[in-house]
Amino acid sequence: MNEFLEPFERMLEALSPPATVRAIEAGGSAAALWDGIAESGFLDALVPEDCGGAGLPLSEIGPLWQALGRHAVPLPVGETMLARTLLAAAPAAPAAPAGPIALAVADPGTAIVVPFGGVAHHVLLESGSQLYLVEADGEPTGVPGSLAARMRWDAPGGVSVGAAPPGGLRAVAAILRAALIAGAADRLTTMTAAYANERVQFGKPIGKQQALQQQMAVMAEDMVACRIAAQLGCAGGLPPSLAAAATAKSITSTAAPRLAATAHAIHGAIGISAEYDLQLYTRRLHEWRLADGSETYWNRLLGAARLGDARGSVDYVREMLA
Amino acid sequence: MFDTLSLASLPPADEAIRPAIRALAATAASAADTDERARSWQGYDPAFSRRLGEAGFLGLTLPKRYGGHERGPFARFVVVEELLGLGAPVAAHWIADRQSAPLILNFGNEAQRQSYLPRIARGEIFFCIGMSEPGSGSDLASVRTRADRTETGWRVNGQKIWTSGAPHCDYMIALLRTSGGPDDRHAGLSQLIIDLKVPGVTIRPIRDLAGDEHFAEVFFEDVDLPADALIGEEGEGWKQVTAELAFERSGPERIYSSVVLLDAWIAHLRGVGRDDAATRALVGDATARLGVLRAMSIACTARLAAGESPVTEASLVKDLGTAFEQQLPVLIGDDLASHPDEAVAADLYRALLYVTHVAPSFSLRGGTREILRGIIARGMGLR
Ligand SMILES: Cc1cc2nc3c(=O)[nH]c(=O)nc-3n(C[C@H](O)[C@H](O)[C@H](O)COP(=O)(O)OP(=O)(O)OC[C@H]3O[C@@H](n4cnc5c(N)ncnc54)[C@H](O)[C@@H]3O)c2cc1C
Repeated sequence: MNEFLEPFERMLEALSPPATVRAIEAGGSAAALWDGIAESGFLDALVPEDCGGAGLPLSEIGPLWQALGRHAVPLPVGETMLARTLLAAAPAAPAAPAGPIALAVADPGTAIVVPFGGVAHHVLLESGSQLYLVEADGEPTGVPGSLAARMRWDAPGGVSVGAAPPGGLRAVAAILRAALIAGAADRLTTMTAAYANERVQFGKPIGKQQALQQQMAVMAEDMVACRIAAQLGCAGGLPPSLAAAATAKSITSTAAPRLAATAHAIHGAIGISAEYDLQLYTRRLHEWRLADGSETYWNRLLGAARLGDARGSVDYVREMLA
Repeated sequence: MFDTLSLASLPPADEAIRPAIRALAATAASAADTDERARSWQGYDPAFSRRLGEAGFLGLTLPKRYGGHERGPFARFVVVEELLGLGAPVAAHWIADRQSAPLILNFGNEAQRQSYLPRIARGEIFFCIGMSEPGSGSDLASVRTRADRTETGWRVNGQKIWTSGAPHCDYMIALLRTSGGPDDRHAGLSQLIIDLKVPGVTIRPIRDLAGDEHFAEVFFEDVDLPADALIGEEGEGWKQVTAELAFERSGPERIYSSVVLLDAWIAHLRGVGRDDAATRALVGDATARLGVLRAMSIACTARLAAGESPVTEASLVKDLGTAFEQQLPVLIGDDLASHPDEAVAADLYRALLYVTHVAPSFSLRGGTREILRGIIARGMGLR
């Protein structure tokens, strides 16, 4: 077990309980939460040591990202870790700003949805294979509770950072998104199993019904598959290979709606209420599935690479996901 | 939840045996048609199994003093992955190597270990599993076939069914009732090693829907066995069988049953030069799922390597893996038949239909989907 996970998880438990998540989603200030996380030093966990960071390998950062998903942290903490790392690595880049940074890939003139765009101060933008650091300036998406924002850049502007990482910023964001989904999936599975043991109908806990046990088992399978997929995404370091990013995001995005659907089905009406915590995680699963390329987007890229390769399938996954 | 299943990698020393086992697997598989290779599990080729034994690829996890190679489950993962990836015939030694040998090592006495294990490791003797009976499938604890004590040992009466490989095997490890009746459930069950050549044993092959005869009915009529036929403790059969099932369910074989078909399909797509967006997405989906399932299977192997008996973890990976194995022929069939103007090689077509027909068995053999999901639910605290 990774030695940083426990303190990180404890910090999130203290700083980002569901009440805080709700308050920020309702438009409240995120400053105190951000300051707490920034003070912990974790924002530079991935930044190389000679640039002032902790220089942790990506494989050890992945579990931290999963923890962010498990706590539905309402700020782009993982994105900021990545942005600060990319900024530190770029020779001509400006120093990283102090606030939260979102990630976006957009062509000039095209409006896109940026996860956490509504609470970020800056955006690390990829446009035409170049990275720019721009001030976050977007419009609400109009989706209740969402912290994402619609953004559009007619020309990149901001401060030029340099070339985008090989494979592009979207692949980098995809492995983060996969880890967030895996973390939220873990939370949902635990919550749903606990609820199934508590809720009594027909004189016994609903979890004693075999039909429901079978659905829970599938949920556990999807949850573990998401975890392993997220770990594969992070295993090879930054930037991720196409195969790693595609595998991680394809599997987690495919599973996300299934996980959300089962969690809701088993909770019944209570899960639909805003007051109950389930929706904090299921809404995020859907948003993260759609962000940075859905399953079919990544399947197409991975399939193209696979079709261009004469190896057998087992060799392909063995060697490409090493 | 299920935190023990986490990314693990194959140790370099085990990875290092890959070229040798691949070369050997190729000698048995490379000339065969796709549909023959797709029958890898069903391929009975004792000479090939003996070659595997001679080359040191059987009994990998056994101690050297029993003819084994003292390597861990990871080495076995590499060997199985190579054999199934190429579609080599594995039926002859399959069960002996996978579960009978570990069972005998764990529960057998010294004489039994010395008698059986070296021959298993050499690929000379083959085993089958006598669990299922006509009235006992998922409800395995209801077995009725009995072994009663005699002056010299045991007398067996009853019947097993669906016994894979029985027509070719030397021995069966059978789950039998040694005391009480079916209502006693888990109590009173024991495991016995039955020499299938002894009088009173009748084996009747059962033809499957694809035309193959890999499993059989096995009848026992006053079959006399020596006292040392008992393996492990009398009355401990249920506990032993549970441990055996962890071996049966945890291997990479639970994700690779359709992989020969997958590769033949991709080779077809490459051959006809089709790589539109929809095709790419299908191929990418299969590739991503294979990649993650393989990593999950290695994660499960890591639990075995740590000395655990990962019953729940193995069930989880097997259920997801067999679903993948079953979906492949459906999606490949749809893909090929939605391009009716593409010529499909005759052996690819036969392989597609073969896998399509036998695919339901993937989630039956080794425990059904519903039973595995029940085990997972128990692991989640629901039962
Ligand atoms: C190719 C193949 C090879 C095999 N090889 C061997 C072998 O070598 N040795 C051996 O001993 N056996 C072998 N089997 C048998 C296999 O283990 C059984 O098929 C399996 O355990 C299921 O038993 P059954 O077929 O009697 O089905 P049943 O137990 O009758 O089940 C029928 C259906 O009912 C469902 N069901 C049953 N009980 C429950 C429950 N409590 N809750 C929910 N659903 C339930 C099952 O999931 C299934 O869908 C083999 C089977 C196949 C297909």
